[in-house]
Amino acid sequence: MKATRVGKRQRGRWLSRLLTVHGVAGYLFLYLPIAILVVFSFNVSRYAAAWRGFTLDWYASLFANEAIGAALKNSLIVAGASTLISTVFGTMVALAMERYKFWGKLAFDALLYLPIIIPDIAMAVMLLLFFVLSHGRLGLITIIISHVAFNISFVAVVVRARLAYFDITLEEAAQDLYANEWQTFRRVTLPLIMPGILGGALLAFTLSIDDFVITFFTSGPGSTTLPLRIYSMVKLGVTPEINALSSMMLLASMALVMLSLILQKGGGGRIEIT
Amino acid sequence: MAAQPRSRRETLRLFFLISPSLFWLVVFFLIPLLLVFAISFGQRGTYGGVKWVLNLQNYLRFFDPLYLRIFGRTFYIAAVTTLICLITGYPLAYFIATRPPRWRNGLILLLMVPFWTNFLVRTYAWILILRDAGLINTFWTGSLHATLLHLSGLVPLPIWEPLLHVTAHPLALFGTDWAIIIGLVYGWLPDMVLPCYAAIERFDFSLVEAAQDLYANRLKSFLRVILPLTMSGIVAGSVLVFIPSLGAYVTPDLLGGAKSIMIGNVIYSQFMSARDYPFGSAISFVLMAVMLVGTLIYFRMGTE
Repeated sequence: MKATRVGKRQRGRWLSRLLTVHGVAGYLFLYLPIAILVVFSFNVSRYAAAWRGFTLDWYASLFANEAIGAALKNSLIVAGASTLISTVFGTMVALAMERYKFWGKLAFDALLYLPIIIPDIAMAVMLLLFFVLSHGRLGLITIIISHVAFNISFVAVVVRARLAYFDITLEEAAQDLYANEWQTFRRVTLPLIMPGILGGALLAFTLSIDDFVITFFTSGPGSTTLPLRIYSMVKLGVTPEINALSSMMLLASMALVMLSLILQKGGGGRIEIT
Repeated sequence: MAAQPRSRRETLRLFFLISPSLFWLVVFFLIPLLLVFAISFGQRGTYGGVKWVLNLQNYLRFFDPLYLRIFGRTFYIAAVTTLICLITGYPLAYFIATRPPRWRNGLILLLMVPFWTNFLVRTYAWILILRDAGLINTFWTGSLHATLLHLSGLVPLPIWEPLLHVTAHPLALFGTDWAIIIGLVYGWLPDMVLPCYAAIERFDFSLVEAAQDLYANRLKSFLRVILPLTMSGIVAGSVLVFIPSLGAYVTPDLLGGAKSIMIGNVIYSQFMSARDYPFGSAISFVLMAVMLVGTLIYFRMGTE
């Protein structure tokens, strides 16, 4: 092992060894529960937490489960719609915040940050009250509205981080070459901030498809999403189908992370993770 | 770079750019927020609606011993969670920051992957481990108990009796405050490690050499040099762990027992079962206020 900067003496070596052990233990703590989940999704035994042999039955019964299929469809509708709306609006507002000064900007900035920092249970309660008192019918529409309400802020933060490094002289150069404003935006600005927009969209999609608390409060009959489905299944008891479903969701999240990394590599943009 | 709009055209463009988000955030965030604040001064109607009478009754109800105990427990759980995250997360961040640079990004990514997976799924994994028929207890009452029984048959010693007695029953892990704390630590540890890592990575280790040249021992140079200079990361991480722990709903609901409820569960039951919107609003509002103070501390540390 390489000697660290702490010191080359005996005691320093001991400390750095202890640090390594702690580091390995830390990662084991993070990954063991997930690994256990995946292993049990292939376990023959329905009830016991002991290994009884390998099976794919739970995955088969998962794919045959229509309620889960319907929940997945709802989740994709909600995540797709809220990502689309919040990415367009969030990018627009990011451009305005980075480019212009205006009256009340500070207050608007605070309003833009609040949905990120407010506890999700508080936001869920606010929206539920609003929808109930305005006699809105709870369902997919109210879920989408709620998801857009927090996702605009996340998209705006990511796109603004990208815009902060934007070289404004590139736009001036385009206009010197007789590009009109729309052409400048379409051909110069948009391609350059695209990694930020895609990063923001991906973050919005992940947050939306994973959200439980806000969806739970703003959903109505027939608008069960995948996390709501999992929650009600878990509440009824531990089953191997939940293990299988959880493993599939793990796989999907990892694929999303990989995708976002590839997108970031493509443009050197940074995704701010809060 | 940001400038006042120079022409009517630019003013129009600015208006076009911000109005959709402004509309959405005002209608679906600010108005609901003010609504919660207004309702928190109201009263529960006979059939669960809201009676608009201005009073402070909902805030006074916090002092009911029942709720005081729940608030106390919530603060206790959030504080212990933050402390454990700090004690385990800071050395982990230190470990990552002292690896060769080409390793660091990979290690940080490895830290983020579980963080990006669904929170329910991550909490559910702990049910599998902690419940009475779970992984730990299966080992405890199964293999371990059987091994002890076998050993007691081979060598008669007085220690077997109490050991066999203890391992005959599953450990009470599930449904306790500790189960909630484990779930929260698992959920929010990366939130502690990342800011600490950012602070330690920026730290100039030649300062430690300077301190040791001045005859500071290892402990002293850590306490007097490294710790104060990475304090911003510690505070930021603590706020990032403490706030979501305070507002936790899923973790106590799934891992805690009937007695281990937190503020989040009280808010839930006020809205979903008791239908006392005004009281639920008052609790939510206080939770938001506490969180806002925490966030202000966080931003102040960030600007230093």
